[in-house]
Formats: sequence, C-alpha cells, structure tokens
Amino acid sequence: MNAAAADKPLFEYVLRLGDNCLILSQRVAEWCGHGPVLEEDIALTNVALDLLGQARLWLTYAGEVEGRGRDEDRLAYLRDAGEFRNVLLVEQPNGDFGMTMARQFYFDAWHYFLLRDLRNSRDERVAGIAEKAFKEVSYHLQRSTDWLIRLGDGTPESHERMQRALDDLWMYTGELFQMDAVDTDISERGVGIDLEGLRGPWMEHVTKTLTEATLAVPGESWMQRGGKQGVHSESLGYLLAEMQFLQRAYPGAQW
Amino acid sequence: MPENRPAERQPNSAADESGTDWPLWEIFIRTQNGLAHKHAGSLHAPDAEMALKNARDVYTRRNEGVSIWVVRSSDITASSPRDKEILFEPANSKVYRYPGFYDVPEEVKKL
Repeated sequence: MNAAAADKPLFEYVLRLGDNCLILSQRVAEWCGHGPVLEEDIALTNVALDLLGQARLWLTYAGEVEGRGRDEDRLAYLRDAGEFRNVLLVEQPNGDFGMTMARQFYFDAWHYFLLRDLRNSRDERVAGIAEKAFKEVSYHLQRSTDWLIRLGDGTPESHERMQRALDDLWMYTGELFQMDAVDTDISERGVGIDLEGLRGPWMEHVTKTLTEATLAVPGESWMQRGGKQGVHSESLGYLLAEMQFLQRAYPGAQW
Repeated sequence: MPENRPAERQPNSAADESGTDWPLWEIFIRTQNGLAHKHAGSLHAPDAEMALKNARDVYTRRNEGVSIWVVRSSDITASSPRDKEILFEPANSKVYRYPGFYDVPEEVKKL
C-alpha cells in the first residue's frame, strides 16, 4: 500500500483507540509496586497489562493502515506529545487511589459501551480487536464500579475523597462523546460508531453507580477538549519522557 | 435456644478486624469441571465480592480456574495438630478399611 492511498481517517481513528489504551496503561502501571495492598497492586497491574495488550493490537493495525512502515513500537516510542490522540482523561495523573479509581471508572464505563458496539464494525480487524478487548474491559468496569461503591459508601474520608476525585475529573468526560470530522466519517462508513449515542448508557451507568455509592453526580461544567486532536495537558509530556526514555536515549535498542 | 446465640459476632466488614486491616480470606479454585475445588491460598479483601475479584487476579492469572470459592478464614474450624494422634493414628491399625482384599479382574483398567 502506498502512502497516497492510505486511509487517513481510519488511521486517525484507530490511533485514538490505541493511544487511549497505551496512555492509560502507562498511568495505571505507575502503581506497580505502590498499590495500597498486595492484592490491589496485582489487580491494577493486570488492568494495565490488559490495556497494553489492546494498545499493541490497535497500534499495529494503525501502522498497517498508514502504510508507512511504522509498527507498534515506533508509534508508541517515537512520537511526541502533539502526535498522540488519546483523550485528556487518560493522561491525568494518578493522584490518590480515589482519583485513580474515578478516572478508571469514567473511562471503563465509556470503553465498555464503545467496544460493545465496535464489535459490529464493518471493518473485520476493528471488530476482532473489540471482541477480544470487550471481555477484559467488562471485568475492568466491574472492578472500578465495585470500588466506587465501596469508597463512596465507606468511611467519611473515603466518601469525601471519592467525591472530590469525581468532581475534579468530570470536565474531562465531555470529550469522550464529542464527534469531529474523523469520527463522523468513520461512523458513516459503519466502521466506527456515533459517540454521542454512548452518552445515554454511560450516564445511566454512572448515575446508578454513584447513587448506590451515596455520591453526587457532578453538575454541568465547562468541558475540556483537544486530546483527540493532539492538544494535551502538560502531564502527558512527563508521562512520555518516562515511557519513551529508553528509545530516546538509546535509539533502536533491542531487548 | 435463640438467647444463647453468640451475639458478639460482627458482620463482614473491614472494621471488625484489627483497625484498618482487611480480613483474610481462603481461596478455593476448581481447575476443571468435574474436579473439586482445591485450596489455592489466602488473601486480604474488604468483603466477599472483592475477595472473589482479588482471587481472580492473584490466583487465576494463568488460566487456572473455572470456578472460585472464597471463605472468611475466621469461619474455618480447623483440627489441632496436637490432636493428630487421637484423630488419625487409630486408622493405621485397621487394614480392613482398605479395599485390598479383592481380586481385581484383568479387564479393569482403573479403579
């Protein structure tokens, strides 16, 4: 396939899917060895590894669609912040355990409904990756939902921290449902889905969970946007500096 | 005798153990359909649901299981090692409890 014939919107679309997984995986992996208890440390690392596996599948496919010989590694380790297409939510710092769980919960709920529908994509590769990832993400959502309920309906301190984390991250949730030209094009071709349509089920799950957790659903607020187009918060730079260090310092180094 | 019920027993909550520590759970995993659940180890979790999830992450990472049971460690009543002789030694002298006095026909492969 030559570069001129490459399907640019599809490349962008798959890159977004892969970057969401890759960046969140890197964030969650920062807990490795620092989990509040051994069991949670292992569980968090499992989630990070699931997401990394998904990122590899998406990025490999993105590289093939682009047709310029970039494989998963080149896409992961040799792009700068402005070339990343993940939503802003996943690059937000871990904060305390409540913040990490709030971020995970918002993302898992969205990821779950997204993958559920992408399983019917007209693009076989997209449908196949979604099918595999959907099982993993169903578990991620169960876990983060359970934690939300336990921390929200736990002690006064856990309740307060959980609420604060949910409020602080709320402004990054709008971007999850925001459509741009790429999303519209891919959705019209039956390869992707209408993200606006995910808002209903997502909101329903969030409301139901927070109600059970005795937490308040954050109110209307200004929504951040730009991650999908490559405009990121400064925290992504620090994340990449650590994740890409080896390939930047020793280009082409092999394991 | 309902009045004699041990009322001091606490519900399953993190608070009923020492301070902020989570209670300990024993994990049993069935590796294949048809086999019994086998003790795999123990772990800490705030409640039974989370114990199941933690068990999934700690003990079934390599596809070991088809089913998991979790039991509060404090709910297990164990025999005392000191009672070993009383409990088990009498069986040693009772060979007639073994099915060793039958001729097994050639055709039978497995018993």
